[in-house]
Amino acid sequence: MHMATVLTINGETKSFDAPPDMPLLWVLRDILGMTGTKFGCGIAQCGACTVHVDGKAVRSCVLPVSAVGSRAITTIEHVGTTPAGAKVQKAWLEAEVIQCGYCQSGQIMSAAALLATTPNPDDADIDAAMAGNICRCGTYVRIREAIKLAATGKQA
Amino acid sequence: MNAPDNLSRRALLTGGLAGGFLLAFHLPLRAAPNEPVQKDATDGKFAPNAFIRIDETGRTVLMMPQVEMGQGTYTSISAVIAEELDADWSKVEVQHAPPDDKLYGNPTFGLQVTGNSNSIRAWWLPLRKAGATARAMLVQAAASQWDVEPASCTASRGEVAHAASGRKLRYGELALAAQSQTPPKDVAVKDPKDFVLIGQPLKRLDTPDKVNGKALYGIDAILPDMKIAAIANCPVFGGKVAKVDDSAAMKVAGVRKVVVLDDAVAVIGDHMWAAKKGLEALKIEWNEGPNAKISTKDIWDDLRKASEKDGAVAKSTGDIANALAAGDRFEAAYELPFLAHASMEPINATVHVRPDACEIWTGTQIMTRVQSEAAKAAGLPVDKVIVNQHLLGGGFGRKLEPDMVVAAVKIAKQVDYPVKVIWTREEDIQHDVYRPVYRDQITASLVDGKVLGWKYKVAGSAILARWLPPAFQQGIDIDAIDAAVDAPYDFANFHVEYVRAEPLSIPTGFWRGVGPNNNVFAVECAMDELARKAGKDPIEFRKSMLTKNPRMLAVLNQVAEKSGWGQPLPARVGRGVCVQPSFASFIATVVEAEIDDIGEIVLRRVTSVVDTGIAVNPDTVKAQIEGGLIFGLTAALYGEITIDKGRVQQSNFHDYRMMRINETPKVEVTVVKSGEAPGGIGEAGVNAGPPALRNAILAATGVALRRLPVDRKLLAAGRKA
Repeated sequence: MHMATVLTINGETKSFDAPPDMPLLWVLRDILGMTGTKFGCGIAQCGACTVHVDGKAVRSCVLPVSAVGSRAITTIEHVGTTPAGAKVQKAWLEAEVIQCGYCQSGQIMSAAALLATTPNPDDADIDAAMAGNICRCGTYVRIREAIKLAATGKQA
Repeated sequence: MNAPDNLSRRALLTGGLAGGFLLAFHLPLRAAPNEPVQKDATDGKFAPNAFIRIDETGRTVLMMPQVEMGQGTYTSISAVIAEELDADWSKVEVQHAPPDDKLYGNPTFGLQVTGNSNSIRAWWLPLRKAGATARAMLVQAAASQWDVEPASCTASRGEVAHAASGRKLRYGELALAAQSQTPPKDVAVKDPKDFVLIGQPLKRLDTPDKVNGKALYGIDAILPDMKIAAIANCPVFGGKVAKVDDSAAMKVAGVRKVVVLDDAVAVIGDHMWAAKKGLEALKIEWNEGPNAKISTKDIWDDLRKASEKDGAVAKSTGDIANALAAGDRFEAAYELPFLAHASMEPINATVHVRPDACEIWTGTQIMTRVQSEAAKAAGLPVDKVIVNQHLLGGGFGRKLEPDMVVAAVKIAKQVDYPVKVIWTREEDIQHDVYRPVYRDQITASLVDGKVLGWKYKVAGSAILARWLPPAFQQGIDIDAIDAAVDAPYDFANFHVEYVRAEPLSIPTGFWRGVGPNNNVFAVECAMDELARKAGKDPIEFRKSMLTKNPRMLAVLNQVAEKSGWGQPLPARVGRGVCVQPSFASFIATVVEAEIDDIGEIVLRRVTSVVDTGIAVNPDTVKAQIEGGLIFGLTAALYGEITIDKGRVQQSNFHDYRMMRINETPKVEVTVVKSGEAPGGIGEAGVNAGPPALRNAILAATGVALRRLPVDRKLLAAGRKA
């Protein structure tokens, strides 16, 4: 028997049973039915599963649910309620970044975490924050452009 | 149990409807599974053909015969229909079409398949006619209501107008009356100068739901009582399961069942974590079979030997023997490795087998084949198999195969609840259907600084012979030689052969740009080496043989200007060019790269000029080339699947690397205005990157690489070229 786990996700308290070593990714997707956060590699190599833990970008595929504790989780379904997240979503559509879109939940979460702490990132800041997110469609050129657009409100 | 009922149920009801505002996918995705799939009801709607539905409110639903895997086809196809329909673009919604080759079969293949960069090419005229026919019926309905000549009416933005009397009716108001009109026999389509949607950079219809987690891919299917399965396929191709000890696996919390198939074992659990841990706890003995000793070396030894044989002649003009005997002779062989697809969405399929039906939720490039193969596996008639199409998290050709659905059906047959089978990334990479290894040999002669004779032999797998046997004729795989026979240059004596060589035990399949990506690489590498031999600038050399190809010449001239071709560069920085005619698009690309002292490569800049004829959505064309370039350059820099003891050695993104944002160069794509028929674009960019990079390396270091991926050891400073 597992103890019930209680987490704060997107501002709501969620209580559920899960093995303590179960990664947050699978809790979100398979227990809570929140499928916006994606499975890509399972070893923190691709960033598709990125969520915010107390505002920081974290790979949920290797984060045991028991390690979250009382820290606040934000997922792609809710990131639009944060100022940085809303700006990023808008810029992503304006720059028409997205192709297949599967990695973009993770890209947007990483970009929103970057802008929340670094409102005017330069190319090196963008590289450092975004290099953990793989896009197989190759949308990197537009991701860079959209982050600058989100930061400045102007096309790069 | 682990999943509280209220949570999953709530998710079903609230999270399930993809696209509240723009998109209404044809997906009863998170409804009860026993509810019959939503019939394409036409009651009260104007449904002039398989593609268009307009109801009394004017809601305009367009059925998508091609699937959306990132290439933007839902928006482009909608624009093509809506253009001729004169629809109100803001009222357009798209739905995935159900499987039906008769209604939705790709006109090129007669199958409901999305591939070969031909969605727009194949449907360009049929869909314009479908739109124009519907528009004519709406105009007839209005004219008859007003008792005027149809020719005196005009249509625009979802409205028919009669200018003389100032009367107007919206399409919604005309829907019922239009339904009873007789469709005109042969309707005229618009003159391209009158296009209002085609040629505009329309915003994509599928992307708003991709920024907020609402978009549903196959892997996002959730059904009541669904369980999740993880799968282990036999590590050696062709091997079988010998023995399974599941005692430890069954003790893992949340594991429900272990399913043993012929060549794979699956563990079904309450969630993926239980399934995965269960799989790790299994003791599986494999009967590895005859392929357990095969290595990459065996495969290459075989291919090199096979490639020395004479091939089937695909094209021969002039006098190749005499032409090759004249002037300076050049010979080279170019080799390309196995590649995996590695779509960001790992392979998955969700299946519910009921006594009388089998229902599937997945994102596939080949809906009707999935349906028929699933029917065989389920032992049911085809019409009892329901396929619910989803968005694809990348396809790249992997999802032209039904294997993942067939395996999922076999697993789901053993239980009475729906099962979502998810492949881990390791399974995805190690059980792919790989881009084949190729060996391409080019023999050419130079006379007066131009190519006089050109003999090109392609050796590699015949994917079409397996995938579409009737297309494999006289020993020639027309895909493998596509851009070999269609060389852009004016070669008077020209000869192309093909040798079918299937690699030992390794399954091969389509991969973004597959045939042309071996051809364009070989042709453009050879052209650069020939230019050096002739003592000419690579662009000037090419131009002298493009005089009969004005579209190619024009993009090449433009790319030379935009890339700063000829301007001085620092040491160990080079520019390389590639021109390519693939998929009926004309593209010229220049890559600028720096090679450091240890042979590491820094991509500085990529410039591409594209003439794809009429660009239905120029921004999508640009995006596809940008992304395609990165996809191809990724393969050139890192991509190689190798085999040892019959097994794939790579397993995840740490050893099957992808280009990342910090390695991405500046990319500048220019789309040329053109009135020619649209070309293909989804795969074209992929072909441009590798040869242009390789030629940049040649310019920077003097080293003429003849294999991919790039071997950095050959590029270290001080090494003799």
